[in-house]
Amino acid sequence: MPLLFAALALIALVGAAGVLLSRNPVYSALSLLLNFVAFAVMYVMLSAQFLGVVQIIVYAGAIVVLFLFVVMLIGGNLPALGRGRRAYVRAAGVILAALFLLALLFGLARPLPNGLAAVGAPDGGSVQALGLALYVDHIVPFELASILLLTAMLGGIVLARRYQAPPKD
Amino acid sequence: MVIPLSWYLILAAALFSIGFFGVLARRNAVAVLMGVELMLNAVNINLLAFWRAIHPAELTGQIFAIFVLTVAAAEAAVGLALIISIYRSRRTIQVDALDLMKG
Amino acid sequence: MSLPTLDFSLILPELVVLITALLVLIADLLWPRAASRGREQAPAVLALAGLILAGLLTLLAGEWSGATLQGMLVADALARYLNLVVLLAAALGLLLSWSYLPHFSTQRSEYYALYLLAVAGMLFLGKSIELITLFVSLEILSIALYVLTGFHRGQLAGGEAALKYFLLGAFSSGFLLYGAALFYAATGATRLADIAAQNAGGFYMLAGLALFLVGLGFKLAVAPFHMWAPDAYQGAPTPVTAFMSVGTKAAALVALFRVVQAAGSVPVGVWATALAFLSLLTMTLGNLAALRQSSLKRMLAYSSIAHAGYLLVGVVAGTAAGFDAVLFYLFAYAFMNIGAFAIASLLERPGFYAVQDAGIHAADGLFGRRPWLAVAMAMFMLSLAGIPPLAGFFGKLYLFAAAVESGWAWLAVAGVLNSVISAYYYLRVVVGMFMAEPSASAHLRLPLPASATLAVALTALGTLLFGLLATPWFQGISR
Repeated sequence: MPLLFAALALIALVGAAGVLLSRNPVYSALSLLLNFVAFAVMYVMLSAQFLGVVQIIVYAGAIVVLFLFVVMLIGGNLPALGRGRRAYVRAAGVILAALFLLALLFGLARPLPNGLAAVGAPDGGSVQALGLALYVDHIVPFELASILLLTAMLGGIVLARRYQAPPKD
Repeated sequence: MVIPLSWYLILAAALFSIGFFGVLARRNAVAVLMGVELMLNAVNINLLAFWRAIHPAELTGQIFAIFVLTVAAAEAAVGLALIISIYRSRRTIQVDALDLMKG
Repeated sequence: MSLPTLDFSLILPELVVLITALLVLIADLLWPRAASRGREQAPAVLALAGLILAGLLTLLAGEWSGATLQGMLVADALARYLNLVVLLAAALGLLLSWSYLPHFSTQRSEYYALYLLAVAGMLFLGKSIELITLFVSLEILSIALYVLTGFHRGQLAGGEAALKYFLLGAFSSGFLLYGAALFYAATGATRLADIAAQNAGGFYMLAGLALFLVGLGFKLAVAPFHMWAPDAYQGAPTPVTAFMSVGTKAAALVALFRVVQAAGSVPVGVWATALAFLSLLTMTLGNLAALRQSSLKRMLAYSSIAHAGYLLVGVVAGTAAGFDAVLFYLFAYAFMNIGAFAIASLLERPGFYAVQDAGIHAADGLFGRRPWLAVAMAMFMLSLAGIPPLAGFFGKLYLFAAAVESGWAWLAVAGVLNSVISAYYYLRVVVGMFMAEPSASAHLRLPLPASATLAVALTALGTLLFGLLATPWFQGISR
């Protein structure tokens, strides 16, 4: 198991680095796919099988495909942010991210507040238990998520339609 | 052998920081959005690891992860639509600027 | 196993807003626009009716007792006041949209539906007492506002503003979620009440709260997480700016207050000191930047950042009186800020492809052109600057008094000094309106649509009445 974990972690990290480092956005998207798939396997290792499958379907199947669509649709003309993203901004990015990482690692290395319980072996990953938790205990955020998806769908349609200026009168 | 929780947490922290760096350092809007997706995924592995290692009795961690996934998908859809819209309007505006010159 | 029974009457106003949003969406199908030109404004009418109905339901429901929907959404007094502030801001912003939207878009149904969805997100956010619910509500309002910010798609500035807002907003969601995950690790709970009951301490709670503050700080446009705000506020259609600068702040502040209260195990001194410095930084940066602006709208955007700083003072105070002051100030802010943006929108010259921003001198000589408009604008500016007897003065008074009472005298002093700085740029506009010659373009007729006039009249009245009747109002809130 540790060997598998190490291999997956390596793949995930390589994928993440690939997203950032490749010049070509298509390679970035494919690296992202690599990262997502490694994560999906890791979810299964954590006995969250359902999430592992959903991860593949949603992230690999939908989000990465969406990214690839957009990249191929608009080619090299991707909008760039801010005219003045100069070297010092990048340097600041490196420093900030590194500081953040250090702070997190420093904190995570300490013992957990409740004491680190031994890893149980729950039947929690089963789809039935998950369904009950989702539709009974968390019905309120579930309903809100439907509103969120409606909003996103509407927003996507509004933005993707061609702009028509109103007639001048 | 069981993998210690801290391994997952360190991996998640590293991936989150890589995404963080990507958002700050990349100029290309699509790449920035990919950085955000990396960050959200890192949070998910945290949630699942916490659930499995500390609070396995209830499924709250998994449920939270499902919601994060939903939101990530919604955000990606809207963000990419926004990028396409800007790409288009930039083109139309350039075309129209030419028309103005003609007029 | 049984399915849960839910008492939907607790979220009746939110349901009304949502159902109205759905009706607005299909309004185009019910009344095809081409067939009946007189009914172009049907979506706006419907949306306004929905907002008013939701407001009435909130008002008439009496005291909200604090009953919860599965421990996820709560109907308490705080949520009730937030409902009123958000619905008020939404209705005023909608009146502005009425005549403004047709200048740049034909997609009325979509605009008003997204607008109402953003309102619903804000209302739910104010009621959230559970981390997942809170996060999803926050995303509903954010996604709707990203799209609304970029709604003027013929104009590059709008798209750029929306893209920046979106990317930084999504980025901040990452921090908020990391914070929530750490809360979950420390307590195993996502309901704020359970998190508070666990009374867990240690690094996880502290780091969780810090990351949560960063995430909400972005939404609140608190410095140093405010980079997106000037661009988004300037690039967005002015009615959207007016609405979101009030509504988002109000809802996010309530969420911040609830989370900070739940993380009771983190020593108060730690987060309050952190928030106090953020507040100081925010108002100072906002005011100093506002001094240098050449666009009226951008100046108001920075002023809005500075006001986020003032509002945080009440959260820093940490007392009930402090948050009552925040609620009072939010009402006052809804009136004076939306009023100011309303006049800025009237001074813009809507063009075919771009709505041109009103420059800082656009209001020059306004008194000679539209005397009442100038008087109203003067009231908004003076109130924003905090000059008695207007609403803004009493808002600041209550905020700073609460801060002094809980031992944050230096923050109150900093707030007062900042108000003095801000008076300079607010008064400059007032002086220009009454003393200066109109700018070159001002020979153009200044159109005054009825709906926008109504909005200006209402906000001016509110600014005045909230000032004159401040004491009874404030007592009403704190009761």
